[in-house]
Amino acid sequence: MSKIRSFKGGMHPEYDGKELTDSCCVIEAPLLEKYYVVLAENAGRPPKPCVAAGDKVRKYQLIAEADGFVSADLHAPTSGTVEGIVDVPGPMGGSVQAVVIVSDGNDHGSAPFDCWEKWQEKSGAELLERIRKAGIVGMGGAAFPSHVKLAVPPGKKVDTLIINGAECEPYLTADHRLMAEYPQKVITGAAVMGKLLDVSNIIIGVEDNKPDAVAALEMASAGTSVRVQLLEVRYPQGAEKQLIYAVTGRSVPPGGLPFDAGCVVQNAGSAAAVSDAVLQGIPLIERIVTVSGEAVRSPGNFKLRIGTPVIEAVKLAGGITEEPGKLILGGPMMGFAQRSFDVPIAKNTSGILLLPPKAALNFSSSPCIRCGRCVEVCPMKLMPCLLCASIEGGRFDLALKDHVMDCLECGACAYVCPSRRPLVQQFRRAKSELRKKR
Amino acid sequence: MLEKMSDNIPDEIKLPTGSKLVLSSSPHVSASESLRKIMLKVIAALLPAVVAGVWLFGFRALAVIAVTVISCVGAEALWCRLVKKSVSGAVGDFSAVVTGVILALNLPAAVPFYVPVIGAFLAIWLGKQLFGGLGSNPFNPAVVARVGLLIALPAAMTIWSPPRGMDKNYPQAETFFGSAMMKKVNAGELDGITCATPLGLMTDTRKILQTEGDRHQAAAARHNFDKVNSPELLKKYFWGIRPGCIGETCVPALLLGLGILLIFRLVNWRVPLAFAGSVFLLSGIVNFFFPGVTPPPLFHLLTGGLLIGAIFMATDMVTSPVTNTGCLIFGIGCGIITTVIRIWGNYPEGVSFAILLMNALVPLIDRLCVRSVFGSRAQNREQLR
Repeated sequence: MSKIRSFKGGMHPEYDGKELTDSCCVIEAPLLEKYYVVLAENAGRPPKPCVAAGDKVRKYQLIAEADGFVSADLHAPTSGTVEGIVDVPGPMGGSVQAVVIVSDGNDHGSAPFDCWEKWQEKSGAELLERIRKAGIVGMGGAAFPSHVKLAVPPGKKVDTLIINGAECEPYLTADHRLMAEYPQKVITGAAVMGKLLDVSNIIIGVEDNKPDAVAALEMASAGTSVRVQLLEVRYPQGAEKQLIYAVTGRSVPPGGLPFDAGCVVQNAGSAAAVSDAVLQGIPLIERIVTVSGEAVRSPGNFKLRIGTPVIEAVKLAGGITEEPGKLILGGPMMGFAQRSFDVPIAKNTSGILLLPPKAALNFSSSPCIRCGRCVEVCPMKLMPCLLCASIEGGRFDLALKDHVMDCLECGACAYVCPSRRPLVQQFRRAKSELRKKR
Repeated sequence: MLEKMSDNIPDEIKLPTGSKLVLSSSPHVSASESLRKIMLKVIAALLPAVVAGVWLFGFRALAVIAVTVISCVGAEALWCRLVKKSVSGAVGDFSAVVTGVILALNLPAAVPFYVPVIGAFLAIWLGKQLFGGLGSNPFNPAVVARVGLLIALPAAMTIWSPPRGMDKNYPQAETFFGSAMMKKVNAGELDGITCATPLGLMTDTRKILQTEGDRHQAAAARHNFDKVNSPELLKKYFWGIRPGCIGETCVPALLLGLGILLIFRLVNWRVPLAFAGSVFLLSGIVNFFFPGVTPPPLFHLLTGGLLIGAIFMATDMVTSPVTNTGCLIFGIGCGIITTVIRIWGNYPEGVSFAILLMNALVPLIDRLCVRSVFGSRAQNREQLR
């Protein structure tokens, strides 16, 4: 095994909360009465629903069709009746539309696609089409449709596929458990995408705090072209540009895409979904979610159908020990705070965190003392303290010149800030203001 | 392989209502470090110098430190009261205490008590609050006060009393005490004894040399450099047994403080290293080529306020650059200005002036050292081929 690699900058949180769930085996959730499958995912256009109230649906049936290329299909999580299309609290905030499916309790449905046990004989185009039809998206972050990331634009040369198993976010262990318990799926998915892209370098990047996952992957990858790369435990190791740098030593230019560094990056969860789509012929309708946080009675990892309301997941985890001060979908560094426990999970919901009021960060307006910690940790080599001063002074032009648009919003700067300044919030504000002016 | 739904879930589970949910932008967790903790750690780093100062200069030094700190906190509280800001918020971050301790360590132990009171207002009001309070001040408040006092009350600021261990047996005692004081020292009288500092003696000497007096005077003066620079004396300087400000003399205490600051990661090591290093190097070069102009570099390192300035004053987070390169430039700039003032200036000491001048340049240095964003250097072209 080669040596442990990393990007430059970043930090490791004082408490990463992984110990709460990193040895909790994945528990399959029982069937629910109702699922709320959210139409609008974060990145890309929302798919158009192709079912109406009263329709009977079978498990895996297409319920919403991709609207254009940068959009992903949605499938029924179980068999039952469509109750209607209603507004629900969105996982990314606001109010979004969701298809409500009332389960008939049978969970009937057969694989809608052929099982390709000999996928090696299929062409790249066929494999890409299968991934598109299975509605697979980036399951680690922005839910960007996988087939878009796998379609190399003309003129770009890709020689490396990186599977993101870093899982650098505190508390989250969903990918960790996936890789430890289903390493074969991740390896197969990686190999399928490697074949599709026609690349010889297929590398799974895993942080050094998941020895069981690494061992499982090493064993499963023996004899394949897939290789495991250990990464330093350092946040944000799993950010796309940082991961590419850590694994290959190449850097994606500002405003560029992984293609510009000859790479394609896919999440480990997405790789497992690709394996299911190709070998079993089933679309993406469930995922592993970490339910954790100090306010949860028995934190764990659960296999949940897409559309499961958060409150049901909390029930699975034994309820709460105290009324949480924050509900977060995703990790505590980049996840989204929620206002209601009725919010359903989506394809990119990697974690459900319930933090007690004391543990949840409260921003204050203490002055910046220019300690420079934010500068030290910024993985994009920005100067957060100076950017924040420019933005507070209304100088968006200066912020633009200082590359605010390249901010990942990883939150490392705000995490280390001794004055608890809302740095990321200011950068988000500046980015949206600057986008408006364009 | 899969565990089915376990039966261990109790019948009655407590479910959240969402009544206490707070919405905010990510991140949702933070490090435990806070402004108050940082200030308390800086105070801890200052403690060795405080203890050494009180040991060397006696109860009087402790009184000066107490008056300065109380005045600084008082000035901060009074300002907040006047401008209707939260008094407990501003005083509670302990930044005024830090300013107070640093200012006190930069005063002679024999200073009249009205001096630190005036200094406190110079530091907190002029140096900090007039610019908008903590974080907004371009100049280090303690240095503003020290320079202000030095210019406004030069006589009161230069009454040097001998530290513990500096008596008639001190090497070159007569050079430091002067003939009139020496008589008192020999007689064992203790009241009102004053003496010259090594830097002061050095400055007097080089002024004589630079005004091209007669040859005899020049030769005697040149001899003086050797007198204040004997190995025996350098050893005394190192342990802090020399006249000077309360906290500036004891080198081991200052180095211990630096160690604490570095362990807590409160200063960028580049600032003290570049500052002291460039003074050492420059004075070494001048001494090598023009041996009669200035004493050797070790003398510069161990006398005056160079170390306290480089360790505690130039490293102030608010008034030093945020990048590593910036810190190097800042430290070297401080070192050059200090050396130039010490060798050619009218004042014996240049550390405070150097820090103030470089403080003024910090916004420019920060602009100059904006890092190139990740990936902006086209380094991957080659690798791709």
